[in-house]
Parts: sequence; C-alpha cells; structure tokens
Amino acid sequence: MALTQEDILAELAEIVEEVAGVDKDEVQLDKSFTGDLDVDSLTMVEVVVAAEEKFGVKIPDDAVKDLSTVGDAVGYIQKHQD
Amino acid sequence: MAVIREKQGAAHTRIMGVGGYVPSRVVTNDEVITWIDSSDEWIRTRSGIAERRWGTPEETVLEMSVQSAGKALAAAGISGDQLGAIIVSTVSHFHQTPALACLVADRLGTNGAAYDISAGCAGFCYGVAQASDMVKAGSAEYVLVIGVERLSDLTDIHDRGTAFIFGDGAGAVVIGPSDTPGIGPVVWGAEGDKYDTITQTFAWNDKPEAEDGSDEVRGPFLRMEGQAVFRWASYQMAEVSLKALAEAGITAGDLDAFIPHQANNRITDRLVKVLGLPEEVPVARTIAEYGNNSAATIPLAMERMLADGTAPSGGLALLIGFGAGLVYAAQVVALP
Repeated sequence: MALTQEDILAELAEIVEEVAGVDKDEVQLDKSFTGDLDVDSLTMVEVVVAAEEKFGVKIPDDAVKDLSTVGDAVGYIQKHQD
Repeated sequence: MAVIREKQGAAHTRIMGVGGYVPSRVVTNDEVITWIDSSDEWIRTRSGIAERRWGTPEETVLEMSVQSAGKALAAAGISGDQLGAIIVSTVSHFHQTPALACLVADRLGTNGAAYDISAGCAGFCYGVAQASDMVKAGSAEYVLVIGVERLSDLTDIHDRGTAFIFGDGAGAVVIGPSDTPGIGPVVWGAEGDKYDTITQTFAWNDKPEAEDGSDEVRGPFLRMEGQAVFRWASYQMAEVSLKALAEAGITAGDLDAFIPHQANNRITDRLVKVLGLPEEVPVARTIAEYGNNSAATIPLAMERMLADGTAPSGGLALLIGFGAGLVYAAQVVALP
C-alpha cells in the first residue's frame, strides 16, 4: 500500500535526524535542506541513499539536484514509490 | 610445429620498498579562500583538508618521480639498473607522447620497459596489480611503480567546487619476488557510463572560445560532479573494499592499516564504517596536509604511516584507489 505524505515525512524526518543530526521536529515540508536545516551537499547524498533503502525508490544524481526542500523530497518519493 | 617456450616468474610478490616526495610549497586554506568564496571551516568540514602541497616550477613530475623512486629503491635495496620495468601513473605529464616513464628510466639508469598508465586516482593500485603480475609471469624481476601528479596545473583556482581539493606529489614502490604472498588479488574495474563525472573541461586539441570574449582561454582544468562522485566512492567502493578482503581471504580485523585513496575524509569515514574496521586499525588521513594528489596519495600515505610508526612493517594493509574513468582497484598488501 502506498505511503501517505504524512507517513513519508515522518520516516524521512527520522532519516535526516539520524544522518544529519537535525531534530526531526524541524524537518517540515517547507524547510530547505541547505538553507534551513544546514544539510550540506555531501550529507544530502547520505540522506538520499538512506531514503532509497527505506522507501525502495531510486533517486538518481540528476534528481537530487532538484530536491531543495523537504517537500520536494517527500513529493518525489510519493510519486516514485511502488 | 615448434612450440613456444613460456617463462615462469616468482611464485609470490611483495612491495619491497616505498618512497615519497612532497613538494615544498604549502598552500593553506587561508590562501585558497582568497580565490574562492569559502572559509577554512567550510573546506575542513567538507573535505578534511587543512592544507595541500603545490610544486614549484622546478618540482616537475619528472623530478618528483626520480626523488620518490630513489627513496623506494634505497628502501628496497635495489639499484636502478636492476629494474626490469617502470610503470608511471599520471594525468599531469603534459606530453601525450613519449611517456614520462622513459625519462624516469633514463635518470635511474635502466633500459627496462617503461610506460605510463592513465587510471586517474586508481592508477597506483592499477600499477601495483600489473607489476605483481609481471613479476609472477617472469616479464621482469623488479618493477618500479610511481604515482605522480601536479594537479595544481589542472586546477581552476576560481572553481569553488574543486579549487581546494587538489595537490601535487609523488610516491613510488618497488615490487619484486617474495617467499610468501605479499600482494593479494586485485579487484578492479571501470564504469565508463560515468565518464563525465570527473573529466577535464575540454580536450587538448579543442580550442574553445574565451568566456569573456578575450583571446585568453583558461584551462583545461579538472571538473567534477561532487555529489555523484561522493555517492559512487562512498557506497560502491565500500563493496569493492569488502571484495578485496574476501579475495585475499582475510577480514577487516586482520588488517594492520587501511590506506584508501585520499579524496575526501568523509568518503574515508563511510568506507571505515561499512568495512566494520576495528577502532585500533590505523586509517590513512594524509589528505589533511597533502590534499588529493591523485595517484600519489596511497604510496605517500604508506610511506608516512611506516615512517611515523602508525603502521607496522610486514603488516597487512588494504589499499583502494578510485577516480576518473570512473575506475577503481583494490588489493590487500603486506607493508614493506
């Protein structure tokens, strides 16, 4: 069964907290990874790889460039999940 | 019909000696941030680099090669004329032909086979694999492998993504016969579908127009897609490292040193984590002072770790190189 936006956000927030050390409550749809959450480009790669494993989606390098906000990432995962 | 007679070399091989050459000019992060919009803290947290070494005009790829080779030969107890082959890995010898290795051979006093290889930051491990196989096949008794770069000549000092990364230097090893196994099976390969992730900005025979409309064309320089390379190096190279251990029939706990290519400390961190490397196993971190000097990073780190007692002579070390191509190679070796 496909995950809802809320489910994906909750899981993604846990990943961001674990990988980047950001409080998961800070991880909201409108927050930008680099600007608001201080997730640098290399840490972003670690977040993406963890998300790929968690959600079973492929997030290629070209797509990573377009994921500037948490909402972008949640939307991408929601669209591409099985 | 006559049958061709084959040759048989040594049953086993080892690294007999290592030597390095680090150029004299120290380029600090404070100097780098006069060229790019960055900070010492930003560079350190993204890469682990505090300073790098750049060669003076006199510290050419040839001079650095000869200096490092002299030390490696002395450590191995071998003279130049005993070398049956010289393999030089470099991307910064700016003559397409002839090979830098031929000049090195001449300076060292040998007429043994001499050639360059282009395998980017994996070049040293490629060379070690070739050299070991040559000694086993009987093609040469002693082989010199050199990794040498002047990446400062290929660095765009105004590119925020790469200006702080690259350095210059040389490292060499002598490989020869051994009574016991000293060089494990190589795990290597190429992923040409990622050819463009690390490349030069234009080909030598291209004449691009200057960006500002002037006659001056800058470059070519090294260009890199940081995120893509980071992902490949941090995750896929972890699998290659594990395969190299398995091929050698050892586990991470058997290692006395881990010497990965010095591309970025955060790649090293990730590899250490996936390998499950015990905390007491020393890990090469020479990038902090030398930057990334491509094919030279592994032998330079090896020399340094042996010299300062971090790693024991005769101990087992996992080497892994990875870079432009994209190409990679890893093997377990006994330290000289």
